[in-house]
Amino acid sequence: MEKVIEIQHLSKSFGTHEVLKDIDFAVHKGEVVCVIGSSGSGKSTLLRCINLLEKPSGGQIIYNGENILDDRHDIHAYRTKLGMVFQQFNLFNNHNVINNCTVGQVKVLKRRREEAEKVAIKYLNVVGMDQYVNAKARQLSGGQKQRVAIARALSMEPDVMLFDEPTSALDPEMVGEVLRVMKDLAKSGLTMLIVTHEMEFAKEVSDRVVFMDKGVIVEEGPPEQIFNNPAHERTREFLKRTLK
Amino acid sequence: MSYEWIVNILTNNWPMFLRGAGMTLLISIIGTIIGAVIGLVIGIVHTIPMPERGFKKLLLKIINFVLSAYIEFFRGTPMMVQAMVIFYGSALAFGIDMDVFLAAVFIVSINTGAYMSEIVRGGIVSVDKGQFESAQAIGMNHFQTMMHVVLPQVIRNILPATGNQFVINIKDTAVLSVIGVTELFFQTRTVSGNNFRYFESFFVACVLYFIMTFAITLLLRRLEKRMDGPENYSMIGGLPMQVAKPEDTEHKIKI
Repeated sequence: MEKVIEIQHLSKSFGTHEVLKDIDFAVHKGEVVCVIGSSGSGKSTLLRCINLLEKPSGGQIIYNGENILDDRHDIHAYRTKLGMVFQQFNLFNNHNVINNCTVGQVKVLKRRREEAEKVAIKYLNVVGMDQYVNAKARQLSGGQKQRVAIARALSMEPDVMLFDEPTSALDPEMVGEVLRVMKDLAKSGLTMLIVTHEMEFAKEVSDRVVFMDKGVIVEEGPPEQIFNNPAHERTREFLKRTLK
Repeated sequence: MSYEWIVNILTNNWPMFLRGAGMTLLISIIGTIIGAVIGLVIGIVHTIPMPERGFKKLLLKIINFVLSAYIEFFRGTPMMVQAMVIFYGSALAFGIDMDVFLAAVFIVSINTGAYMSEIVRGGIVSVDKGQFESAQAIGMNHFQTMMHVVLPQVIRNILPATGNQFVINIKDTAVLSVIGVTELFFQTRTVSGNNFRYFESFFVACVLYFIMTFAITLLLRRLEKRMDGPENYSMIGGLPMQVAKPEDTEHKIKI
């Protein structure tokens, strides 16, 4: 399978604290990968390093055969190819729903306004938020905000979607609506890299599960293998604690 | 009797007072607007992420140093002294005979710019980090992030502080009388110089100043209300322009 993003020997330190140690990892086209692990294991940092919100301390990120960490590389163009969904939604407070989805298309991708709106409506429809085009961020519930955030990322038509614990800041009754949208997206063949604490969800949608602990990838494989038959003691312990 | 004198002064000199008040208002308005623009531009430049090495880093460091020097200098010296130095200095050093009105606007603008850039910086810092991150994540560069996401929120946040600066400018233009700007204070001094009724003349000026500043305050308050309310933006940090309600925690940065 074609690799969309490949990470080689990636490391990240905050001061003397090493958060990621020599990570080798790849996401293939059309694949849904879930990253699991306890808090502080480095999974969110890994995701943030991939789209350079954190600058990696070492290693390489290969996209389209080029090393993104190369000085000459245009990181803004690279970032448009990655759709990022944040834990805290981060909808633009000064824009309404539709403009949240169009501002990037118009200003960064230089699409025409009408075209951008058409694309935005299409993806707002996918996440079931097309009824709310004129709403302001503050008028939406957490689950609705997150669905708009997903539509905003999809509107850029990225090669891969990154989800950074998309349901962790939500009230329990809103987790379901966001996960449902993500399941639909997974079925549609979108390439997705998801950091999550939702084990049932990970088991159901992912093609591959990555378990991280203390800044290293301990184990990865198909969900059946990781959840039912983990090879490592640390994975077993983590799953025992979270699944009960 | 004072009261009769006040009426007397007003009936005889009202055009002078009016012209003076008009001049004061004009200089303050132009100065505040230009100053706000200077502040916004410096705010954008000051928050450019520092490149790690090379020529760009050096250039940015020099620019930042020059801007900081400008801010500190104009915040650290009285406007009255600046007016003298700039007005007479420009004539002496460059042989430029500045128009008094232009000199006045220039001085108020750069003075306001120095204060406004600090206000803008506070406003930018108080915008949730997630707003920057999500703008960057869809591929916006620093300038685009600022123009389309951050500054629209900053402008709403700094409106009260800008209004405050405007009120200060209305009052502080009085010092420009030292270079002969015919604003309200200058006019009042002329009037009182003719009739020797200092209290009555300056009492009139006092009332006029208050009417101007209070009208501006009320006007800006209405403007703030008309723009989307504070609940639209959630802030962090303890800055004077902070508008978040305490229960509004969902955008706070998690560390």
